Order: sequence, then structure tokens, then C-alpha cells
Amino acid sequence: MPGDGFALDWVTVAVTIVVGFAAMGAAFLANAVLAPRRPSVDKATPYESGIRPGPLGWSQFNARYYLFAILFLIFDVEAVFLFPWALVFLQTASYVFYAMLLFIGILFFGVLYAWRKGVLEWR
Amino acid sequence: MSVTLLDIVWAAVGAVALVTAVSILGVSLVWLERKFLGRLQGRPGPNRVGPFGLLQPVADGIKLLWKEDVSPGPSAKVLFYVAPLLVFVPSFVVWLTIPFTRDLALRNLDTSVFFFVAFSTLSIVGVLLAGWSAASKYSVLGGFRAAAQLVSYEIPLIVIAITMVALAGSMSFVDIVEAQRTVPYIALVPLAAVLFFIAGLAEIGRTPFDIYLAESEVVGGPLVEYSGAHWAVFYLAEYGNTFLVGALTALLFLGGWSWPFGTLPAPAAVALFLTKSYFVTVLIFWVRGTYPRLRIDQMMSLGWKILIPLSFVTLVTVVVQRFYGWPSWTLTLMSLATLALAAWLQTRLQGAPARALAEKYRRDAVVVQAKPRLHREAPAAAKVEASS
Repeated sequence: MPGDGFALDWVTVAVTIVVGFAAMGAAFLANAVLAPRRPSVDKATPYESGIRPGPLGWSQFNARYYLFAILFLIFDVEAVFLFPWALVFLQTASYVFYAMLLFIGILFFGVLYAWRKGVLEWR
Repeated sequence: MSVTLLDIVWAAVGAVALVTAVSILGVSLVWLERKFLGRLQGRPGPNRVGPFGLLQPVADGIKLLWKEDVSPGPSAKVLFYVAPLLVFVPSFVVWLTIPFTRDLALRNLDTSVFFFVAFSTLSIVGVLLAGWSAASKYSVLGGFRAAAQLVSYEIPLIVIAITMVALAGSMSFVDIVEAQRTVPYIALVPLAAVLFFIAGLAEIGRTPFDIYLAESEVVGGPLVEYSGAHWAVFYLAEYGNTFLVGALTALLFLGGWSWPFGTLPAPAAVALFLTKSYFVTVLIFWVRGTYPRLRIDQMMSLGWKILIPLSFVTLVTVVVQRFYGWPSWTLTLMSLATLALAAWLQTRLQGAPARALAEKYRRDAVVVQAKPRLHREAPAAAKVEASS
């Protein structure tokens, strides 16, 4: 029954998001009211096993996962195409089926290529 | 059809009920996990607060509300306080489309599987922000680890979800469960169930995939600096997600609230669904009590070199079986054959680098022994000379 109650679906989603934020916000509020507040310099230092921490954690970082993130983007976009296809591939023309198989094959080859190139090693 | 104010009020009432239900489920899991892990390790577990220690998580919650909320001085305050919400809310919103039985869901969306995939991905942002905003080395490291891990294991999870959509011909959980009225999908695609369970474990960061939370490496990862209610929200989100994986596995593979001997009345159906979900959840706890943590490179190669190829093979076999209209037992056969092939390859390849290294050491050892020992006496003589 597509279309029927479509607006109500997404109104419910919006209301649920708001309620989720509100419920946890209420917990934060209760914490702010109930908890003691005795700030000190030592409490405000980042954790370092009890000794004075060195420079901030925001120094330059070697984000080793960025190639993984790019690969993930490719697959995530693919998922957007795959979901509708998985619903209709039995009802449409057969070339739709073969075309998507070809697409999956190309992507799979892409993973194998990345593997061969050593991108998938965590160094 | 327009939405009236009454609709909105009812949606809000339902959402509040859902928050309560998810909180109660989460709290029950805290108790269940501590008790179950205790029994696995030969100790009684919590047994002081209430009968069988049942009120222990409630006491913990009250304690957390009364705890001072400390944040590091140099942290990015707004992001630091918003991040727990960004982790909790997406995982909570997914619950609105989880049907406890045929008619008991806040809203049966037509696209509920897609909705689950879309929203569960969002909480990665929250974990990364929580790690980055705290300005602590450990939390930044943990946040980056979390991003790498969650992003990698999202793919097999999505591909298996697509596989189940292709198998049932619908994106709605209700239709997927109805399609399993006679045979649950775990009998048709056991490999997919295994892959979904493993990827789900990684997505919720439970042992053996608690690499971004690892206490002995990054002392709790993104959660190091959190305390009080903010930490409690992370905790609730973690247990909510754990039960979500249990519920999704029950819906997609174990037939949800249906069983092969006819239709059950609604309360019994809900009980059956909850039993199946708790069963998978206890399995998750059992894994936690049994396996050691993976190393980060092992985790990444397991995701990219084993789970992703296998999930694509599963998708293709399911789609081909459906397209050519082969009988459904061929699907079981193909799934088990893929699993057997993967297991065989794994046992063949697993020890290969270690064996090569051992062989190299053996060769080197022979060379070392063949070297003549020329200066055996000379240094001793020199030492005597120097001391005198």
C-alpha cells in the first residue's frame, strides 16, 4: 500500500527523533540538577593515568582508514542502487538482472584490485 | 490524506512508550549480561540489590544520575555534549519500525530494511565526534579506530540486508517474516545468517570486535572522558544496539514471531519473538565470554578479505536462484558449499605466513651454526689486559 499514510510515516519518524532527543535531554537535565559541582583544575585535565598529559590529542594524525572510507563510499552508493533492484529484478526485463550482475562483478573486481595493490593492509 | 494534530499526539505517545520499552530492554540486558558472564566465569554475578540482583542496573542508573559531570578543559564542549545524543538517537529511531508482532510496531514503514540501514549508519558520526571532541589522545585514537571498523563492517551488513530483501521480495520486516512462515531463512541461507551475526557484532563493538573501546589499549576509546548521564546514554545505546542485532537476526533469519505450526495469538507471538531475540543476544554475551579481542589489522582483513567477498557471493547466489527459479534446497546447498569452501581456504591459508617464517628461521639457524667462531679467546685476553 504505497502512498497510503506516507505523510504519517515520516511525521512519526520526525516525532520519534524529537522524543529521543527530549528523553535523553531530560536525563542530562536531571544529572545537572542532582549532581554536585566542584570543579578543579585536575579534574579538567584529559585522562593520562594520573600523570600530567602531554600535548593535546588534536595534534596531527595519520588517518590510516581514509582509503577504506573511500571504498566504503563506493559500496554505500552501490547499496542505494542495489536496494530498488533487489525488489524489482524478477518483474522487469531480464537485461536489468544481467546489467546489475555486471555492475556487482566490476565492483568485486575493484575490491580484488585494491587487495592486490595492498590497500587493504592495515599499516 | 493530511496529518492531524491528534495523529502527532498519538505518535508522540507511541514514541514515549518506545523510549520506555527500549530503556527497560537495555536495563534488562545489563543485568542479563553481568549475571550470564558471572556464571560463565564460575561466580554468582550481581546478587545483592533486589532478588537475584535484578535491581542492580537500576541502582547503577541512579548512581550515574547523581554523579558529577566532568569534561576535560580543552574539549570542544558543544560537540562533546551532543555526541552521546548522536549515538543514541539514530539507533533508537530504528526501533520505531521493528515489529514485535504483525501489528505491534510504532509504524510499519514500507521501506523498513532500508530505513534501518540508513539510520544505523548515522551513529558512526556520533562515535567519531565523541572521540574527537574530548581532546584526549585515547579518545581520538579510539574514535578513528571506530570510524575504520564501523565503516568496514557496514558493507557486509548492508549487502546481507539486500540479500534478504531480494529473497523475500519486500523491504518491509512484516513481509519478510510472513515469507518465513514455513521455513525460516536460516535454513535457506545459513551463511548469510553467520555473516550478519559477525558483522552485527562488529557494528555494536562487542568482543571480539571491541577494538575501539579496548580498555587495555585505548582505555575505553571515545568514552574515556564521559561521566554521569552522558556516559549512561552511551551505555543505553550500546545495550539497545545489542538487542537490536538480536531482534534483527530474529526477524531476518529466525522467522520473527512466526513458527511453522500455524498462527499464534498476539501475546504468544510477542513472547516468541522476544525469546528468539534474547537467544541471539545471549549468544552475543557467550561470544564475549569466550573469545579474546582481535588485533586491529586482523579485524580489518577479516572484514575486507573474508566478510565482504562472502557477502557478495551470497547475494549473487540468492539472486541467481530466484531469477532462474531453481528449487530452494539448491540455495541451502550453495550457501553451505560457500561456507565449506571458505572454511577450507581459511584453514589452508591461515598458518601459511607463520609456516614460511618458521622455515626461514630454520634455514638461518643452519647458517649461523656453520659460521666459524674466530674471536672466542681474543676478547677475554683483552679484558684481562685492560684490568691489570
